[in-house]
Amino acid sequence: MSLTQTNASRRRGRSRASKRTLAVLRFLVTVVTTFLGLLAVTFFIGRVVPIDPALAIVGDRAPAHVVERVREELGLNLPLWQQFFYYIRDALTGNFGTSVLTTNPVMTDIARVFPATIELATLGTVIGALFGVPLGVLAAVKRNSIADQIVRVIGLIGYSVPIFWLGLLALVVFYAKLNWVAYPGRMDIVYEFTFTPQTGFFLVEALILGQWDVFWDLFRHIVLPACLLGYFSLAYISRMTRSFMLNELSQEYIVAARAKGLSESRIIWFHALRNAAVPLVTVIALSYAGLLEGSVLTETIFSWPGLGLYITNSLQNADMNAVLGGTIVIGAVFVGINLLSDVLYRTLDPRTRSR
Amino acid sequence: MMNAFNRSLRILSTGAALSLVMISAPQAFAATPADTLVEALAIDDIISLDPAEAFELSTAEVTANSYSLLVMLDPADTSKVVGDIAQSWTVSDDGMTYTFKLKPGLKFASGNPITADDVAFSFERAVKLDKSPAFLLTQFGLTGDNITDKAKAADPQTFTLTVDKPYAPSFVLNVLTASVASIVDKKVVMEKAKAVTPSADYKWNTDFGNEFLKTGYAGSGPYKVLAWRANEAVIMEANPNYYGEKPKLKRVVYRHIKESSSQRLALENGDIDVARNLQPGDLAAIEGKSGLQVTSAPKSTLYYFSLNQKNPNLAKPEVAEAFKYLVDYSAIGDKLIKGIGKIHQSFLPEGQLGAISDNPYTLDVAKAKELLAKAGLKDGFTVTMDVRNTQPVTGIAESVQQTLAQAGIKLEIIPGDGKQTLTKYRARQHDIYIGQWGSDYFDPNSNAETFTYNPDNSDEGKNKTLAWRNAWDVPELTKQTQAALLEKDSEKRAAIYQNLQKEVLENSPFVMLFQQIETAGYSSKLKDFKLGPSFSTNFVYTVSK
Repeated sequence: MSLTQTNASRRRGRSRASKRTLAVLRFLVTVVTTFLGLLAVTFFIGRVVPIDPALAIVGDRAPAHVVERVREELGLNLPLWQQFFYYIRDALTGNFGTSVLTTNPVMTDIARVFPATIELATLGTVIGALFGVPLGVLAAVKRNSIADQIVRVIGLIGYSVPIFWLGLLALVVFYAKLNWVAYPGRMDIVYEFTFTPQTGFFLVEALILGQWDVFWDLFRHIVLPACLLGYFSLAYISRMTRSFMLNELSQEYIVAARAKGLSESRIIWFHALRNAAVPLVTVIALSYAGLLEGSVLTETIFSWPGLGLYITNSLQNADMNAVLGGTIVIGAVFVGINLLSDVLYRTLDPRTRSR
Repeated sequence: MMNAFNRSLRILSTGAALSLVMISAPQAFAATPADTLVEALAIDDIISLDPAEAFELSTAEVTANSYSLLVMLDPADTSKVVGDIAQSWTVSDDGMTYTFKLKPGLKFASGNPITADDVAFSFERAVKLDKSPAFLLTQFGLTGDNITDKAKAADPQTFTLTVDKPYAPSFVLNVLTASVASIVDKKVVMEKAKAVTPSADYKWNTDFGNEFLKTGYAGSGPYKVLAWRANEAVIMEANPNYYGEKPKLKRVVYRHIKESSSQRLALENGDIDVARNLQPGDLAAIEGKSGLQVTSAPKSTLYYFSLNQKNPNLAKPEVAEAFKYLVDYSAIGDKLIKGIGKIHQSFLPEGQLGAISDNPYTLDVAKAKELLAKAGLKDGFTVTMDVRNTQPVTGIAESVQQTLAQAGIKLEIIPGDGKQTLTKYRARQHDIYIGQWGSDYFDPNSNAETFTYNPDNSDEGKNKTLAWRNAWDVPELTKQTQAALLEKDSEKRAAIYQNLQKEVLENSPFVMLFQQIETAGYSSKLKDFKLGPSFSTNFVYTVSK
């Protein structure tokens, strides 16, 4: 009896382990195909467009022999498949080439611009979730009331108003008229001479070093674009929260809970929201991933030296190495965030754990 | 239910109120530091600060303010040059050797003395690195192999440059005012230089400090560059070792703000002193506001459209002439380019030697129709125009489309990205191209060499000049362009260029539209803020607060 039991549990253990290996393998295959596909598509689009990347490097005035030398250096005279092969080979060794615009290795550039976007996107998502979820809950609980209508209008504006317009308007009101926030850019020039961050995470570093005046200045710069991005994710998150909550509130367990005499706030915040939180995590994660791509328009208006601006600029200048590098980073972000939301899913929803 | 909500709402509103209080914490009114000039400028064109490599407008300005030259344009009269670190210069009788005497006792920002050896080294590295602007020097017959003989220090205070032909001295001196001829500190640069394995493309075993100078600094100008961060800022600080008039302000910061409206807001709020990329709408809003001023200066960039002579219709001389009558110059000048340009129909920008500023053409549909009939195209024809999707060219293309239609010519606009239209243009696959041309250096040859020079009109032609790109075969004008280069007498030289301009005005496939004007809005707190006739004469060291 005891023997068979241990055997069974051992077998179960083994099969669980092999299942896990299988899951990891499947995950790896997905990641690799995603990246290869991403690379192939971006690479070939980049090579097919009728733009000469050599021109981007040397400019219109350069004499023919300089253009030809640069084409040779870039390997543009090789057959397309060979160019792609070399690119993949270099990428596997962590070499994504050099940006023609900045003449830095692409990864150095991205290490510089990406933290700026991460700070902005994180703050934006925190604002969006912090306000979006309660608003969505409010709209669901008071369905069809004035409050619901107001939340709907807020959401509608967030959905339909172009961000550059709202961004400029926000600048006019909060910066030009009220002077509450600082002007476009990431930091005041005064601090350019005193604050030399080692990483791209200015806010975090100022906090750790305890440089409060710098932190305050950084905050005054980031708050408006972050609120703007936060508003847009708020619009999305509140709509989704509302519909998830409506779904949960119509479930039988809610009726049971009410019959049991639980307080309404406990039912809403503890029971209903907790169940709604499972799909909500995916929604918030996706909106975060979207912001991490870098919002080009916001970054342009607020002169924010982030990833979106970097990639757009590179794209316009046919700087394909930079575009490909940026695409890979964005791909990695999406894969990473999907993984993260998977993990969160498992902790929030016990049913997904056993399987 | 109500209770739960009231509570959470209360928390929400308290949070909101708190954050409002935080944001509106007391603070001084925005102002730039008293010892710092802050300019908003789109600096995303900068790819390198190395004078031997940089060929962009923003970099030209930074280099002009941070490096010294042998000779510079006279800010008062740009058709002349004056000495910068050169005290005097002579030209040998055969017109091939230039001898420059340096001013005594000059120092780099590093404290090292400026010697003729540094000058020779600066020329050597520019030629050997052979980056985009190197052709400015190599056109004098300088090559990597002969440069150390042709450009050398005779003694610590004397530098000699030997060119391959008896060029007009005004031409050689004008070219030497370009930023590629900036003097770098040999000692500092070679300390930072990296070893390179020579290859077929690059024969030298050092990078001549190119990697260091991309973001570094080794000059002797009024300001020294402290930092350049791509798409963020360029920061300069007064150079205590500068030999000339000391800069009035301690620091200059170029802040990258691309958006015109953002620049305007920052200017109105006092967070920047100068806004450099204002669109006509924002300029109009600033004009007349108290505390703000506007200044402008014509730059050497010209806008034009050109007719590819490979197209049989466009190759007819009457058609080319008709096009010049089918542009509504006054509407374009009054509306589309107000504040950013002025109508200019000859190919030399105002301010350069020999430039003529007659604008004989006006919109005349009847005359154009007559010319088209003469060419046998009474009923018009259809033709395409490649237009990059930025203003003002899109607006101008639409205006031209309308006026051409009045004479029966149907213009199809093909919009494209800048690099895309340019790639097509350089391959001579366009019908009509609209674009701009900025002089590479402040000498009439820069434009003549592109508009009227085409030594080989075959598809394999090595010189992709604008004349070549439009397949305009002009052996006679090519000869004249070369002759002008060797004409020692400045007045005679100017006369040749005037003649070339008249030829282009009457017979070329180039329809010249306007000369660019650079306009800036600035705070009235600034004293002596001026824009120069080129980006390399936009000096900031005279500015004070």
